[in-house]
Amino acid sequence: MVLQAVFFYLFAAIAVASAFMVIAARNPVHSVLFLILAFFNAAGLFILIGAEFLAMLLVVVYVGAVMVLFLFVVMMLDVDFVELRQGFLQYLPVGALVGIVLLVELLLGLGAWVISPDLAGTLPAPAPAAADVSNIRALGELIYTRYILFFQMAGLVLLVAMIGSIVLTLRHKPGVKRQNIATQVGRTREAAVEVRKVETGKGI
Amino acid sequence: MQAYTQLPDLMPALPELLLAAGALFLLMLGVFGERRITPYVTALAVAVLAVAALPLLLPVEFGIVNETTFDGAFVLDGFARYLKVLTLIGSGFAIAMSVAYARNANFERFEYPVLILLATLGMLMMLSANDMITLYLGLELQSLALYVIAAFNRDSTRSTEAGLKYFVLGAVSSGMLLYGMSLVYGFTGQTGFGPIATALTHEGGASIGLVFGLVFILAGIAFKISAVPFHMWAPDVYEGAPTPVTAFFAAAPKIAAMGMLVRIVFDAFEPVTRDWQQIIVFISIASMALGAFAAIGQRNIKRLMAYSSIGHMGFALVGLAAGSQQGVEGVMIYMTAYLAMTLGAFACILSMRRKEGMVEDISDLAGLSRTNLPMAVLLAVIMFSLAGIPPFVGFFAKFYVFLAAVEAGLYPLAVIGVLTSVVGAYYYLRIIKVMFFDEPAPAFLPMPAELKFTLGLSTAFVLLFIVFAGPVVELAGAAAGTLF
Repeated sequence: MVLQAVFFYLFAAIAVASAFMVIAARNPVHSVLFLILAFFNAAGLFILIGAEFLAMLLVVVYVGAVMVLFLFVVMMLDVDFVELRQGFLQYLPVGALVGIVLLVELLLGLGAWVISPDLAGTLPAPAPAAADVSNIRALGELIYTRYILFFQMAGLVLLVAMIGSIVLTLRHKPGVKRQNIATQVGRTREAAVEVRKVETGKGI
Repeated sequence: MQAYTQLPDLMPALPELLLAAGALFLLMLGVFGERRITPYVTALAVAVLAVAALPLLLPVEFGIVNETTFDGAFVLDGFARYLKVLTLIGSGFAIAMSVAYARNANFERFEYPVLILLATLGMLMMLSANDMITLYLGLELQSLALYVIAAFNRDSTRSTEAGLKYFVLGAVSSGMLLYGMSLVYGFTGQTGFGPIATALTHEGGASIGLVFGLVFILAGIAFKISAVPFHMWAPDVYEGAPTPVTAFFAAAPKIAAMGMLVRIVFDAFEPVTRDWQQIIVFISIASMALGAFAAIGQRNIKRLMAYSSIGHMGFALVGLAAGSQQGVEGVMIYMTAYLAMTLGAFACILSMRRKEGMVEDISDLAGLSRTNLPMAVLLAVIMFSLAGIPPFVGFFAKFYVFLAAVEAGLYPLAVIGVLTSVVGAYYYLRIIKVMFFDEPAPAFLPMPAELKFTLGLSTAFVLLFIVFAGPVVELAGAAAGTLF
């Protein structure tokens, strides 16, 4: 238990500190790297609460794919981030005020939050019970059975997004040389190679 | 723990499955086929829509039964059936009407019918949604496809502007909807419509947090049906998008979103009827008024149709505001009439083509009675009907919603509705005046066959509704009854 608490505070402290560094770092590449650190620590927090699948997903998807993409964008786009941040100090008081108001509202809201006694029994229980099976199995059993409709519909939404981005951006340029595997494979030795005698001191 | 060893009953979702399989097949066909395959994809897309409508039209003994499946997330009932058929008709005609335009305007790409099929799939899901998550996924499937086809003519700045504007505002509205849903989930602990209603009855009324959630959900849906004050996107998107796309936007998505709104307020929020009723009354009045007054100054006929559709959504909401079975029946009759009139009007707008290209100003219609009398007469009939003048279908549609409002005791709403429809009649009648009494503008090119067919069919419905009103009203009534 003590060990768990120690790790929780470790992960949480590093996550908050690196999140702060994301907005404080001068170099945008450093910001992205700090963001990766924040994600890793969030994954650690997930593991602490027993959601190991989510933790792995966070590392694979966010760190592996999204952040690498971010890094590419940051490196490839010539954006002067120092200039973008010119008014930062100027807006700080207003931003801080908004942040504090939000924080107070959240605290008040969460402090007053109670579950209505009538509803206590109506909440759906996790099925199957979380302790019995591993994360992946529990997710799979629900996604492919009870939530099959939602899962397939989400797939269709992604398909539409893909079709849409292709329709709106792809242009077929004439005269582009494309790989044609059938022709490549269909080439014979006779058509491709020619043996010539080359006399010394002369070209072909 | 409940074991899920069996596949859920898929039969109630048969139309959706057919549509999804058809869309994927046509996508493959288009990708692997050559460019010349596009007309076949378009024709097959209409066929897929017709096949998907078939199980809904067959009587229950031969077709599919009405039931709830997917653990309560999906429901098929008479209400969903009726509106699904309307939606499929709207989408089918929208694809058919795009054929001539596509041939002339460098628009002929196989993705267009495929995206319409996927959007229609989303609409069917919205109409069958019995759970917040189904509703949201259906809505996103529909909206994403609509954003893309609004910007479909990517070389035109106006089309891309329309797509971008629709996308940004649509994303905001989706965010509001989701926020509302999360609040409702937080205050009831449920996402299913039935369980939400049970939880609300249990609690004996709405807490302030739940009302917040309700307001956000209604705002998100009001955006989708372009009701005031969430209508700002409609005129720009209608004007900027390619005309066949505008025809599609004006018809099918409105029906689906309206059906979804009716189901969510009656199935999930029935115990807090008083709370949503006042919101619906407000947006109904605001939409009717804006639709009537803002359309007066319009010169572009597509913009005019945008304001007209805002107004019509206001009228349909009058029925919903009544909060009774009769009101829902009125909404369904109204949406039927709206579909017929919109398709007819857009068939005319799509045939406003001269040698130099499409024209879309009202002044281009001048003297149409002397250059193309049949079109002028049919368009005049549709305009009379849109204005709500008897004996056309538009009058009966308004009659049923106002009747429901009066019987529910909402006299001010009914009076305001009648007054705004008088104001609105001005701009419909102005079009008729321009067509019959102004100096003729150059003639349009002859109308393509599919537009003639659409115009003929919709005008026939508008004209002959008075003859077969009984069966339609009975059907709508029976369908509305399944919701209560």
